[in-house]
Amino acid sequence: MVKYFACVGLLRSSWDQVCMAFWQRYPNPYSNHVLTEDIIFREVTHGNCLVSRRLLTKTNRAPRWMEKYLPVTMARLAYIIEDSIVDPQARTMTTLTWNISHARMMSVEERCEYRMNPDNPSWTEINREAWISSNLYGLSRAVQVRPHPGHWRSMPQIGPGRLHWQLKRRPKTWPHRLRRNSSLSDLALVLTERLFPTLFPKGLVQSTVL
Amino acid sequence: MLFGQSDHMNSVGEGCTDLKREYDQCFNRWFAEKFLKGDRSGDPCTEMFKKYQHCVQKAIKEKDIPIDGVEFMGPNKDKP
Repeated sequence: MVKYFACVGLLRSSWDQVCMAFWQRYPNPYSNHVLTEDIIFREVTHGNCLVSRRLLTKTNRAPRWMEKYLPVTMARLAYIIEDSIVDPQARTMTTLTWNISHARMMSVEERCEYRMNPDNPSWTEINREAWISSNLYGLSRAVQVRPHPGHWRSMPQIGPGRLHWQLKRRPKTWPHRLRRNSSLSDLALVLTERLFPTLFPKGLVQSTVL
Repeated sequence: MLFGQSDHMNSVGEGCTDLKREYDQCFNRWFAEKFLKGDRSGDPCTEMFKKYQHCVQKAIKEKDIPIDGVEFMGPNKDKP
């Protein structure tokens, strides 16, 4: 079973500024868990679009009781891939981010589309979607997450000059009610929150699970 | 620099961080000043990128990071 989420957000900065900040967003105060960042593929297509692949290494802050069930190399680290296409003609950027480690336990994909806000060309709108699924027995039924309908939300303006992307990591557009039936659902929620903290309000998983 | 943090990220290959930073600086400049403005003149960072890639791809193999065969935008292809 796949859980699907969607929301729309607004950045009070131009699409150009957002794209520039996208490549410079690490490190930032909310990303202490991101250890390494590498571009591992990049080219400009015949249509003058920039396609890139970024590899991220993040700490995997799994509970200690879980670590003994994970391979040693995966116990402490998680690998994330982020593919992106920047189209300067259409003024759009599409990104897809997903985990390539722990994927058998849980798969989380996040797709974002950034485009110029039609009502205000100096702002950028973000359409965000996420798919969460798990192959663990009993897990897909155990995890019950109900997102509220997405709505517009303003995000802090990115200032001129040096760009540090200070997007809040806990979007208020995705409040959730969580219901858990077993320790496996706890594991799923912890993994999801560790890999993709933007999907969950701050402290929600900890307060519910731990 | 804000919050006392370093300005730069490390590469997954410990010996590749300097090459990465050099390439990132070149890319960010080209991206802002040329690419986004529609300037299709050549990419000045090609040689730097090759050196960086040679280093990082070797590190990825040594660490057994499972990136082989992962299709571009792969997981999203079947989704509406």
